[in-house]
Amino acid sequence: MERLSRAEVAKVARLARIALDDVELERFTDQLAQVLEHARDLEALDLAGVAPTAHPHGLINVVRDDEVRASLDRAEVLAQAPDVVEDRFAVPRIIGEAP
Amino acid sequence: MNALEVAASVRAGATTAVEVVAECLERVATRNAELNVFIHLDAEGALASAARVDERVAAGASLPLAGVPVALKDNLCVRGQPTTAGSRILAGWRPPYDATVVGRLAGAGAVALGKANMDEFAMGSSTETSAYGPTRNPLDPTRVPGGSSGGSAAAVAAGMVPVALGSDTGGSIRQPAALCGLVGVKPTYGLVSRYGLIAFASSLDQIGPFAHTVAEAALVLEVIAGHDPLDTTSLPEPAPELSSHLDDGVAGRRVGLVRELVEGADPEVLDAVRRAAETLTRAGATVEEVSIPEIKLGLSAYYLIAPAEASSNLARYDGVRYGLRVDGPDVEAMNVATRTVGFGDEVKRRIMLGTYALSAGYYDAYYGQALKVRTRMIEAFARAYARVDTLLGATAPSVAFALGAKTQDPLAMYLSDVFTIPTNLAGEAAVSVPFGAGEGGLPIGVQLLGPARSEARLLAAARVLEAEGGR
Repeated sequence: MERLSRAEVAKVARLARIALDDVELERFTDQLAQVLEHARDLEALDLAGVAPTAHPHGLINVVRDDEVRASLDRAEVLAQAPDVVEDRFAVPRIIGEAP
Repeated sequence: MNALEVAASVRAGATTAVEVVAECLERVATRNAELNVFIHLDAEGALASAARVDERVAAGASLPLAGVPVALKDNLCVRGQPTTAGSRILAGWRPPYDATVVGRLAGAGAVALGKANMDEFAMGSSTETSAYGPTRNPLDPTRVPGGSSGGSAAAVAAGMVPVALGSDTGGSIRQPAALCGLVGVKPTYGLVSRYGLIAFASSLDQIGPFAHTVAEAALVLEVIAGHDPLDTTSLPEPAPELSSHLDDGVAGRRVGLVRELVEGADPEVLDAVRRAAETLTRAGATVEEVSIPEIKLGLSAYYLIAPAEASSNLARYDGVRYGLRVDGPDVEAMNVATRTVGFGDEVKRRIMLGTYALSAGYYDAYYGQALKVRTRMIEAFARAYARVDTLLGATAPSVAFALGAKTQDPLAMYLSDVFTIPTNLAGEAAVSVPFGAGEGGLPIGVQLLGPARSEARLLAAARVLEAEGGR
């Protein structure tokens, strides 16, 4: 596999909602390339037919009885939010001005 | 200060929880500025909790941890108390609920003094990635305590508390335990509820204890273990009996000294593991050398799987519901500004690594391949446990290293976890126990590994090594 490029790291940072300046981009590209280089020992393995394990004991749905019980206190939860309007989490504008 | 003695003494009325807590708070006051162990101390709350413990004891309650002061890693939620996971993005956040383990400790009479420093979101092996500054090793303040649960380990090693809780995703309990001369337990995945543990890599994270002795660690684990309906990955069974098996010994046990769990370790560490093998042999176990080549693939698999899970888990820090918000003209700009300011470099590295490993075109080559290696690792351990009961190796490749020694070289830092990672990938149990000393008199930890639910056996073996004190 090709060595990791700056453009790929810039794309990944965008996807992860992280802004990088040029110096950081250079440094992170080098460091991430080094880790991926180490991971090359996996690339060479023939693992055809091996089932992947995403979880040590496998994951099964666990459901509780459908009974009413207390949930978190709304005021206590909202008190931790950066911005609240009328008992709701408030965020900056999502939709732009109409053209 | 020993947790068992404290609890017995408080239960007998020979001392009070308030006296014990006050004494510990004095020790914190003496060394916290130097070591940066507690990043949030709740002295007033702790004394109030201690007074309530004394009332319960006076009313006849028999509490296993009566009046025992504890330190909590700062990724464990405590209702109304600052909980940051060592990150700026959670500065000032006060959780609206308690982690299950926090409630169980309090129920047993333990008193939390506060929140212990940690690598940011548990990503690190030295407690140097914390947004609140590094923690220093109480045994040599020029050195790291290990990580990511370095604050919890340092709190116990400095005598500020007899026991502490940490979390172990790739070695974050066992490695700092080794570097601080403590017993550290990484329980079987699912044995201890993760409810209220701030998630790093959910298929790997487990909470466990630090203590000076095996008996104290066993008691704390008994208190916090057992099924919790609030964690869907919690094993549906009660806490195992551990304390009653501490003196079971190792007579007749088969132990495998794993070549790949000492390879690359410093000679003094290798020597400690060999002496541990001899000690177990003298105690009646048969020790043979075994090879598990798959272990060598663990580091690569881990540094794809854990960042992949982290990149998903940490997507929740978006500046909307809790924690830091850095304003921007629209919601996406706000998300970016918040995460850019709120996360440190190591967390950014891992989020990007995970995002990359999961991205279109690379998923099969990296994440998919790592999940298959995980299967291979589990199968390899199962084959080993068909031949032997317990595996033996080093916990960390060296004694505690100097502050700053590895901060500029992420891969070198990642290699600190090379012997501890395989257990997390397999979801199994392991214990680090101090055994002898190396350079500068600093402690060395040896690691005992077993299959799922083998804690009682591992702790009994650890007790045999503890009794010999490294000889």
